[in-house]
Amino acid sequence: MKNNLYSYILGIADNSLILGQRLGQLCGHGPSLETDIACTNISLDLFGQVRSYFQYAAKIAGDQRTEDDIAMLRMERDYKNVLLVEQPNTNFAFTIGRQFLFDVYHQAFLTELQNSNDFTLSTIAKKCVKEVSYHLRFSSDWVKRLGNGTSVSNKKMQEAIDDLWTYTDELFYQTKADKQMVFEGIGVDVTNLKSNYYSRINDILLEATLEIPESQWFQTGGKEGIHSEHLGYLLSDLQYMQRTYPNMEW
Amino acid sequence: MKKNWPLWEVFVRSKNGLEHRHFGSLHAADAEMALENARDVYTRRNEGVSIWVVESKNIAASNPLNNGELFEPAQDKVYRHPTFYDLPDDIKHM
Repeated sequence: MKNNLYSYILGIADNSLILGQRLGQLCGHGPSLETDIACTNISLDLFGQVRSYFQYAAKIAGDQRTEDDIAMLRMERDYKNVLLVEQPNTNFAFTIGRQFLFDVYHQAFLTELQNSNDFTLSTIAKKCVKEVSYHLRFSSDWVKRLGNGTSVSNKKMQEAIDDLWTYTDELFYQTKADKQMVFEGIGVDVTNLKSNYYSRINDILLEATLEIPESQWFQTGGKEGIHSEHLGYLLSDLQYMQRTYPNMEW
Repeated sequence: MKKNWPLWEVFVRSKNGLEHRHFGSLHAADAEMALENARDVYTRRNEGVSIWVVESKNIAASNPLNNGELFEPAQDKVYRHPTFYDLPDDIKHM
């Protein structure tokens, strides 16, 4: 029983961890000082959320592992994030598109997670949902700006949405552990969030004068640990210190 | 892109009841973006409860070249501070 809860928490936390790491790679490289700080702030919000989840996971695991061990010392297949969040920072439109497609889901998910039977998860969700509402405000605002901007910005934003679209359906994929947690009233039944998700996305894309992608071919795998080629590189960055100097502290 | 964004001045109220104080400046395309940028650049360490932004070009400023005639005459007129009155002991907080 507890194994399912542990897997479920990792499934939530890994999305924030990997997206936080991706955004962190932009630190000092954003297109302007203001957007650079905004992306880094979002990254730090996500890492803060990750800490709450992993502290709880470490408690449930009940062995010697700490939150840091869970974050840093797993193999690639043991990360359960969706493929969307590991996609690279190809350009600012991709960074914003990825953020937007995740934020709409993330906000709806946390809103529901507040009703979880599990007191710790519902408390974490209550705290995080405010942060994520701001993330969504930031990313949807930029989708509209780039969509309504110049012909170049519109084209780049459209390319990003078209390319990332194939990763959206996985947000509503459920693992065995997910289903068990829904059954016990702990987890969120994400299949219920799907139609609202796409209608919110479509509304904002319309406002941004962008086209809604028609492709119905979707990628899955991340939630079962089967990742795209990008995750390995990201993890080698993330885990470098602990792999090179095991057990180092500072 | 950044070259075209105008400069904005940011004023932050750090607590209810206090006045907005000038915190710094930033670049933004419009007022909405200026507010969001100000939130991220200047209030990320819990510095504020309210933000004002104004485009820098809308601020009229005194010319430093005129500092002599504008400010120096006031330097030797300390009596313009209300510090030369004997206050009754019962009056607090003056």
